[in-house]
Amino acid sequence: MSRIAAQFESLRERGRKALIPYITAGDPHPEVTVPLMHALVEAGADILELGVPFSDPMADGPVIQAACERALKHHVSLTRVIDMVRAFRERDQYTPVVLMGYLNPIEVMGYETFAQTAREAGVDGVLTVDLPPEESHDLVHCLKAQKLDPIFLCAPNSDADRIRQMSELGGGFLYYVSFKGVTGANRLDVQSVRDKLAQIRAETDMPVGVGFGIRDAASAASIAAFSDAVVVGSALVKRIADLAERPDQIVARAPEIIAEMRKAIDQATVARAS
Amino acid sequence: MQAKQANESALTDLPDANGHFGPYGGCFVAETLMQPLQELRIAYEQYSRDPDFQAELEADLKHFVGRPSPLYHAERWSRQLGGAQIYLKREDLNHTGAHKINNTVGQALLAKRMGKKRVIAETGAGQHGVATATVAARFGMECVVYMGAEDIKRQSVNVYRMRLLGARVESVESGSRTLKDALNEAMRDWVTNVDDTFYIIGTVAGPHPYPVMVRDFQTVIGREAREQVLQQTGRLPDALIACVGGGSNAIGLFYPFLEDKDVAIYGVEAGGDGIETGRHAAPLCAGRPGVLHGNRTYLMEDTDGQIIETHSVSAGLDYPGVGPEHAWLKDCGRVRYVSVTDKQALEAFHELTRTEGIMPALESSHALAYAKQLAPTLDKDRILVVNLSGRGDKDINTVAALEGIRI
Repeated sequence: MSRIAAQFESLRERGRKALIPYITAGDPHPEVTVPLMHALVEAGADILELGVPFSDPMADGPVIQAACERALKHHVSLTRVIDMVRAFRERDQYTPVVLMGYLNPIEVMGYETFAQTAREAGVDGVLTVDLPPEESHDLVHCLKAQKLDPIFLCAPNSDADRIRQMSELGGGFLYYVSFKGVTGANRLDVQSVRDKLAQIRAETDMPVGVGFGIRDAASAASIAAFSDAVVVGSALVKRIADLAERPDQIVARAPEIIAEMRKAIDQATVARAS
Repeated sequence: MQAKQANESALTDLPDANGHFGPYGGCFVAETLMQPLQELRIAYEQYSRDPDFQAELEADLKHFVGRPSPLYHAERWSRQLGGAQIYLKREDLNHTGAHKINNTVGQALLAKRMGKKRVIAETGAGQHGVATATVAARFGMECVVYMGAEDIKRQSVNVYRMRLLGARVESVESGSRTLKDALNEAMRDWVTNVDDTFYIIGTVAGPHPYPVMVRDFQTVIGREAREQVLQQTGRLPDALIACVGGGSNAIGLFYPFLEDKDVAIYGVEAGGDGIETGRHAAPLCAGRPGVLHGNRTYLMEDTDGQIIETHSVSAGLDYPGVGPEHAWLKDCGRVRYVSVTDKQALEAFHELTRTEGIMPALESSHALAYAKQLAPTLDKDRILVVNLSGRGDKDINTVAALEGIRI
C-alpha cells in the first residue's frame, strides 16, 4: 500500500479528515522549505503538497505565480525540489509528499529518470496540472512502475466518463478543483462542491480532496464536512509572501493558518460524530 | 515505393484525432479546459463542413478582408538581387494590414454560432489583437486582449487602435511581460470564464483543435498563391519562404504545397542578435522539444525545463514556442527552418521599402531577408514566393528608435 493510501486509511480509522497544505518549493528561499515542511506537519498537516516552480504557471493565480518567481530567482529546479524531499525524509518517513507542478520540467528530466529519482528520494505522488488523462499514459506508466501515485485534477465540468478514467489511471486520491478558475480566486460555492462530490463518489472509491479557494478555518471546515481532504494553497502561500522580508519568522508563523484550520476541521468532525 | 507514398500522404493527413502531429501537438491543459476544448472541436468539425458557414466565411473574406490578396512580382528588387524572380503574397493589403484577420474572421463566425458573447485574445505585435478587436466590433462582442507590458510599450499604435475598436487591452506584468505571458493570462481568463467566452488564439499553437483550426483558416493564403503563381508564370514556384513565430502565416502558405515535392520550403525564424549569442527567438533552429501552452513542440528552455526569455526586434516573432505542425515538418525534413538576425531583417525592411515602395512588417522582413540571401544563388528563371504577411506601418517607431530618430 502506498504511503498516501495508508495515510487515508489511518485517518478514516481515526475519523479524521486530511489537511493538505501546498507550498512552492524554494519560496521565498530554498533554505526555508524543509524546515517549513516539518513545521506544517507539526501544525496538523497529514499530506504535503510541494510545488515545483515553473516559469509559466498557467493554471495559477497571482499568489502562486509570484511564489514561482521568488523560487526561480534561486534557480530551484525539479532536481533541487526532489533533493528537498530527500532531506525532509531524514526526519519524517511517515507524512506523504506529493509533487505538484507542470509537465515541462518532467519532460526535460525524462519520465523514467524522474520517476526513479523521485521514488528514491521519498516522493509519494505526482500531480501534473497540464496533463489530462488523454495525454498521461506514458507518464502514468513510469510513475506506477516506481509505485508513485499519479494524482489527477477533476473539475466542475468533468463528466462521469472522465472521472472514471481518472479513477482508473490515478492513485492516492482524486483532487477536485472546486470552481472554474485559477488557484486562489475567491469563488468557492460550498453547495455546488457538495453536489459535485456526490457525483464523483458515484464513479470512484478513491478518496476525494478539494482544493482551490479554501482560504480560512471556516471554509476548510465546511468543505471537510463532506470531502476526505482539504487542500490549502494560496492562503498559505500568501502568509509566506507577507513574511518574505522576515524569512526567519516564516517557519514559526506561516503554519499558524494550518493549525487554525486543523482545529476547525477536527471540532466540526467531532461535533458531527457526537 | 508504396511505403514512400504512404509517408508522403501523411504530410497533409495530420493531425490525428487527438491533435497529434507525430510526437507533437496534443492537448496539455488543465482539466477545466478539456470540456470547452471538446465543445470547440465538435463545433468546428460541424461548421467546417457546413455550406452556410463556409459561404459566410467566403463572403467575409472577400468583402470585409479584401481577398484575394495579390501575388506581386517584385521585378525591380529581383533584378537588383540578380537571381531568382521574387513574388510577394500581399497579405499586408488585407483589412487591418496582416494575415491575422483571415483567422479571426473564421473564429469569430464560429464564436457567433456557438453563442459566445465575449472573445479574448493574446497579442504580441498587436496585429492579432487588432484583428480580434476588429471582428469583435463588427459582431458586437465584448473583447479583451492580453498584451505583455513590454509589448504595449513598443507597439503603442496598435494598442490605441484596439482601444478605438472598443477592446479592453489588459497589460500583463508577469514573467517576461511579452507574448508568452499574455498567452498565460488569456488561458487564465478562459479557465475562469469558460461558459460565455471564446478564446481566439492567433497562431497555429495551443491545445488541439487550435493548431489545425487556425491552419485551416490561414490556408487561403497558400491556395490563392498556388493558383496565382500558376496563372502568372504557368508553373509552380521553386521555393516558398515565410517567417515563423508561432507559424500561422507560414503554415497558411506552405500547407497547400506540402505534396509538391519539387517546391522547396523555408521557414525563417527570428535570429535576434545571432543564434550563437543565445539572444534570439528560434526554437526550431536552436531549441528542444517540450510542453508549453497546451502542446508539445520545440521550445526555448533551459536545462531545468524553464522557459527562457526570447529576443527579437519583431514583437510578433518574440515567442519561445512554435506551432506543433512546424515541429513535425522540421523532423520529417519537408520544411527547412533557418534564421536571420535583427540586422538582416532591418536591411531587408529598408531595401524593399526603397526598391518596391512596399513597407513590410518587421516579422515579414525576416522572410524577405532570407529571400535576399537565396535569390542570388539561383538562376533568373527560378521563382520564389515570399509571404509578405503584414505591413510595416506599426513598426515605424521601432525602426526610427533604432536609427536614433525621434518621431
